[in-house]
Amino acid sequence: MTIGNPMMYVGAVGLIMIGLFTMLSKRNLIKIIIGLTLLDTGVNLLLIAIGYVHNRTAPIITRVHADPSKMVDPIPQALVLTAIVIGLGVTALALALAIRVYGHYKTLDTRKIRGLKW
Amino acid sequence: MRAFLSFSILSLIVVGLALSLSHVPFGQDRMRVADYYLDHGATDTGAPNLVTAVVLNYRALDTLGEITVLFIASLGVGIFLSLQKKKDTTKDTKNLPEASLIVRRGSQFLFPLILLFGGYIFLHGHLTPGGGFQGGSVIASAFLLMFLGNTGYRLRQGPLAVTESLAGITFVIIGLIGLGIGGYFLNNFLPKGSEFALFSAGVIPILYAAIGLKVGAELAGIVANMFESGSER
Repeated sequence: MTIGNPMMYVGAVGLIMIGLFTMLSKRNLIKIIIGLTLLDTGVNLLLIAIGYVHNRTAPIITRVHADPSKMVDPIPQALVLTAIVIGLGVTALALALAIRVYGHYKTLDTRKIRGLKW
Repeated sequence: MRAFLSFSILSLIVVGLALSLSHVPFGQDRMRVADYYLDHGATDTGAPNLVTAVVLNYRALDTLGEITVLFIASLGVGIFLSLQKKKDTTKDTKNLPEASLIVRRGSQFLFPLILLFGGYIFLHGHLTPGGGFQGGSVIASAFLLMFLGNTGYRLRQGPLAVTESLAGITFVIIGLIGLGIGGYFLNNFLPKGSEFALFSAGVIPILYAAIGLKVGAELAGIVANMFESGSER
């Protein structure tokens, strides 16, 4: 952690923690879904930050930047590229479930949804 | 009690992450596999965008799995929201106020331009930053703009489903042709062409166009389902 700037890690882990805390402590389903998207964003940011290398550019060969030894790691970017869109799909699925729960129980409070108790 | 438990769990996770990340210094060169992709990616696949080379050549089977996950998510949204539909959906939307003329005409003017931009992004995915997933999201945002700007706008689900299915079938058929010609699934069997040209990199532009249309149709279907279930009450 001494070399370079660890603020990227701190920010990403902070986003993950805010998202997890929201999911664990809130009782409204919409707020839980907001926590899920925060967690998702934090994980994506952490992956991209791990792939970064100082003084290097995006892994796209152009006529100006044609030296592959001056490029950052393309694998985390390829991972995150699809993970963002899949996160969007998962959020939409969770929201659809929340709409169905509201239609059935007329509430979004997880304490009042009787089917979740055991 | 609940907050205390959450805090204790979170502090455990923070300590674990800090300990593991302290061995991964920020900005250091740690590449093992990626060095091969960076050095040989452009000559192996013909795609100057090395992220695209990883997504659609080295790891193309993973990409097929990922668009399947997205397809299942959009299918789930459709199923969950269609179970409570099929009432009179036109009655409530008539009570909503009409958007102003500027918003309506402005969104209708921008709609084809945004579609064109999305197509540009996914067709140039092997050359510039961008690709099928990003271009598909831009296309879905055009439909979102139409839903927001025009009260009572309806999207016919038939053409969307046809587009999505054809795009998915195209992806799998190209993979199977590669299996037949080169001996492995999603083999890049077309000629790689000249560098930095639009029609280069073999099957990658075709695959990215299929992914762009599929992602765009799926996300537009999700937006349409959300709007139609929201306009009931």
